[in-house]
Amino acid sequence: MNRPPLRQAGLAFRRNLTNKLMWIFCIGATLIAIVPLGMILFYLLEKGLPNLSLNFFTQLPKPMGETGGGMKHAIIGTIELIAIASSFGLPTGLLGGIYLAEFGNNKIGGIIRFTADILASVPSIVIGMLVYTIVVLPRHQFSALAGGIALGIMMIPTVTRTTEEMVKMVPMELRESALSLGVTRVRTIFTVVITAARGGIITGVLLAIARIAGETAPLLFTAFGSRYLSTDINKPIASLPKQIYDYASGPYEAEHAQAWTGALVLVTLILVLSATARYATRGRYRMVR
Amino acid sequence: MSLTINPVMSTIMNENNVETDVKMSIKNLNFLYGKKQTLFDVNIEIREREITALIGPSGCGKSTFLRTLNRMNDVIEDTHVQGTVLLDGEDIFAPDVDVVALRRRVGMVFQRPTPFPMSIFDNVAYGARINGLAKGANLRDLVEKSLKRAALFDEVKDLLHQPATALSGGQQQRLCIARVLAVEPEMVLMDEPCSALDPISTARIEELMVELKQEYTIVIVTHNMQQAARVSDRTGFFLTGELVEFDYSTKLFTDPRDKRTEDYITGRFG
Repeated sequence: MNRPPLRQAGLAFRRNLTNKLMWIFCIGATLIAIVPLGMILFYLLEKGLPNLSLNFFTQLPKPMGETGGGMKHAIIGTIELIAIASSFGLPTGLLGGIYLAEFGNNKIGGIIRFTADILASVPSIVIGMLVYTIVVLPRHQFSALAGGIALGIMMIPTVTRTTEEMVKMVPMELRESALSLGVTRVRTIFTVVITAARGGIITGVLLAIARIAGETAPLLFTAFGSRYLSTDINKPIASLPKQIYDYASGPYEAEHAQAWTGALVLVTLILVLSATARYATRGRYRMVR
Repeated sequence: MSLTINPVMSTIMNENNVETDVKMSIKNLNFLYGKKQTLFDVNIEIREREITALIGPSGCGKSTFLRTLNRMNDVIEDTHVQGTVLLDGEDIFAPDVDVVALRRRVGMVFQRPTPFPMSIFDNVAYGARINGLAKGANLRDLVEKSLKRAALFDEVKDLLHQPATALSGGQQQRLCIARVLAVEPEMVLMDEPCSALDPISTARIEELMVELKQEYTIVIVTHNMQQAARVSDRTGFFLTGELVEFDYSTKLFTDPRDKRTEDYITGRFG
């Protein structure tokens, strides 16, 4: 019988060496991935924090070149844009995802799935152009509505596919248990299946919101941007990313400082949303399987 | 060699020498998954307030058969049923049959416990609420009664508003039984209800089944021949989609008529 020697020699030594080398490469690659993130957070804090005060949230921009003032209009604008986007993006995405998971095992389902994947990979500027053509041009007006529609379209594929995945993960027996109690298919879906998939669906929704909260490109020629406080959905509206873009590309030092603080606030908002999304998956009734 | 039910059998009395009525009558049942036939001309009469056990090796069609009895296979695409299943004389495959109503009368318990992601109370109340059977104090009574019938009430009476997922596997399975009982069915189908449970929980569920047959007609699919022998009044042995033998459990396990049944119950295969 061929007994391998216990002491390391030849092949075993080489394997061990390869193992250690690969381990070092992996650590290295991880660091390369993490360092830029660390640097972003570090710069944001360094440049954005000194200027961060209550005024930033409660005041409007000062006239060009003056110091002080805040981004209240952009914060409110971003919230309004997210609300408009969610108002139609979420129902469409959620119902679409449920349909795909429960009834989408056919040709129509395949087409919808394919379309959603394509839509998810369309560059956001193109979605901005589309909305410019179908909403802004006919109305001769940049508007919060147009911006919200552009962001909402961007949400749909993400929400659809995550909802589909989450609903599919619910065990078939759970559906059948409800059916065997004399409950219709649709009620089973809306009472048992959705409850079981709730944590995952909430995560998907929050991640989709976090994603659109930082989008600039689709807003450039839809919501356009504004230096004034406005909540009118038919008027141009400010948003954090767009305001950061405007300030950062301006000539004044004070505006650069505002841009950094705006970026810090935006990143914090997105981090909070993502962290909440992670937390939501640890629901009280999480399926233990 | 294919066997149909021996006509003599319907005159044999059960243990108590009381012949109960036929609850469900299955005639020439064939089942197809796409083009693959998985059940061949199955004929069984399931009698009221008895436990009927179905045994056989994996893939013999016993679960498929069980699932046709409350049309649970309707959920699976590309399946096709031929033959008749009469519940109290009514064909469950008739075009005007309401599947939802059928399933209320013929409930089902599955292999793995399937507590809904809600509290213990809401789990049991679920079917009754949706079907509008009871409200308020009546609903609370119904939940309590169902939990008692499933021999679970004493263990959970102080935990009713805790999530059902916190219960042990055996408790979860009894909860699923309570949930089925709460919609007041006439028949309960059990698809290997103990295969995911430890021996003690299994023993409790078996006791419970014997208790429940006072009021309900029970059909159980099991891998466990001892279990079938312990709890059931009659047993059917399935092999590759055919019902090889159907008889009183005492008869089938001691003196089977068919060689294949004998080989299976003596452990020669399966």
